[in-house]
Amino acid sequence: MFTILGFPAPLLFGQLLLGVINGAFYALLSLGLAVIFGMLNIVNFAHGALFMLGAFVAWGLLEYLGIGYWWALVLAPLVVGAFGIVLEKLLISRLYKLDHLYGLLLTFGLALIIEGLARNNFGSSGMPYPIPASLQGAMNLGFMFLPVYRGWVVVAALVMCLATWVVIEKTPLGATLRAATENAKLVQAFGVNVPLMITLTYAGGVALAAFAGVLAAPIYSVNPNMGANFIIVVFAVVVIGGMGSILGSVVTGFGLGVIEGLTKVFYPQASATVIFLVMIIVLLARPAGLFGRAA
Amino acid sequence: MAEPMLQVRDLNAWYGESHVLHGVDFDVGEGEVVTLLGRNGAGKTTTMKSIMGLVPRRAGSIRFRGAELVGMRPDLIARTGIGFCPEERGIFASLDVTENLMLPREVAPGGLSVAEIHTLFPNLKERARSQGTKLSGGEQQMLAIGRILRTGAKLLLLDEPTEGLAPVIVQQIGRTIREIKARGFTVLLVEQNFRFAATLADRHYVMEHGRIIDMIPNAELEARMDTLHEYLGV
Ligand SMILES: Nc1ncnc2c1ncn2[C@@H]1O[C@H](COP(=O)(O)OP(=O)(O)OP(=O)(O)O)[C@@H](O)[C@H]1O
Ligand SMILES: [Mg+2]
Repeated sequence: MFTILGFPAPLLFGQLLLGVINGAFYALLSLGLAVIFGMLNIVNFAHGALFMLGAFVAWGLLEYLGIGYWWALVLAPLVVGAFGIVLEKLLISRLYKLDHLYGLLLTFGLALIIEGLARNNFGSSGMPYPIPASLQGAMNLGFMFLPVYRGWVVVAALVMCLATWVVIEKTPLGATLRAATENAKLVQAFGVNVPLMITLTYAGGVALAAFAGVLAAPIYSVNPNMGANFIIVVFAVVVIGGMGSILGSVVTGFGLGVIEGLTKVFYPQASATVIFLVMIIVLLARPAGLFGRAA
Repeated sequence: MAEPMLQVRDLNAWYGESHVLHGVDFDVGEGEVVTLLGRNGAGKTTTMKSIMGLVPRRAGSIRFRGAELVGMRPDLIARTGIGFCPEERGIFASLDVTENLMLPREVAPGGLSVAEIHTLFPNLKERARSQGTKLSGGEQQMLAIGRILRTGAKLLLLDEPTEGLAPVIVQQIGRTIREIKARGFTVLLVEQNFRFAATLADRHYVMEHGRIIDMIPNAELEARMDTLHEYLGV
């Protein structure tokens, strides 16, 4: 068996792949958080819970209606997005005139309620979700076997990140969004229905989380804690990447996933803390984050 | 007599506890260029923001082409056909020049085409791909005016468009305002430089402490220069 730097190659590549997969979820989740933060100025602590909800909707569609993975990939984001519209209209929109802390408290509370309800109804052991037939099996890459589904997750996440980036950076709609992030009042005085735009941005951000949740369902079992496990790291990603930066979220998400994976090989004891170490170092050197613009 | 295009009556506005406009009354007729003159802090900008619905609280009446704007949301006010060029210009840093130009929604037919705006302001064409805030102050002002000419809005609110600009650019902006007046646009102009305003405007309203205290037709401006100096403290 060949080795790299004294470590068995399969172990190294295995952890690297795991890192990239985790990175894909970090990127998708922090992307939604960044978009929401840019427009609403709230840190959406309910993001992990809505990611989990996406996975549960996929599971429910299959369990109760016999609707499979591919439809779930479309329907779960729509369902969770619609739920997001209700949350924003009913609750979050009341807080815009108040301090950021209220938005944080509200969304944190929402996360606890959503996760608590899931735990109450489904227990915390988790339910399996099958890999769709067309994505089963593994490919031999020569140096390792790549499970097809995991390859798909990375590709799907990258495509979704790229699509989001294109919409925000290259389209008139995206230009309006960026402008509203800078000065919402003036954009509204140019004839744009900004309140509606804010609602739809929240819906879009949480729909991205639900999309990630469906992608995650076959990998991690569908369980009430799946969002909570991710979300702390995702907040670190957002802070490191720079609050509200799209590109920053994506690059940092994948980058930190890989760093975490490699740490598991080279110094396993630090794998749980390495991301926070990176966060501290980045914040010391660049308080606005790697890609953030200083206020 | 028919109602003027814009009719402001007993307009009051507040920022939190501080009561800034105390019953502002004035009219702007279709096709006119009308100025608001007054010392710093008189309430000129607040009057414009009140028309656009951008102050926290306002009361009284603002009628535009028969529609009551007090109580209306800013985006709907804009869609009645009013274009706003704010004092701080409001160019967006995360948008390039073209994106800034295309940002305001089209509200009616009859706006200038992008080609016509580029003819008025050739600099905007040359710098189409530059980041909005990388432009010089003068170019940013051209962009701020140009982008509301596109929308088909026929009443333009221009808040100190010449502030801090070099004389050649002030002249260029003066020519632009004359040109758009000739095309039938109506302009409400806030201006510190009343000599500049005198070359463009039909009438001048003088504001003090949140009220209109006088109205001077442009033809009488020379004769009443002493009074005006007194009002403005120059
Ligand atoms: N955002 C705000 N919050 C509180 N008070 C304000 C605010 N903006 C303006 N004011 C106050 O309202 C009054 C009128 O201000 P406004 O900006 O309308 O004056 P202006 O005539 O446009 O002055 P300038 O010639 O300096 O532009 C001033 O006393 C000012 O201090
Ligand atoms: Mg002013």
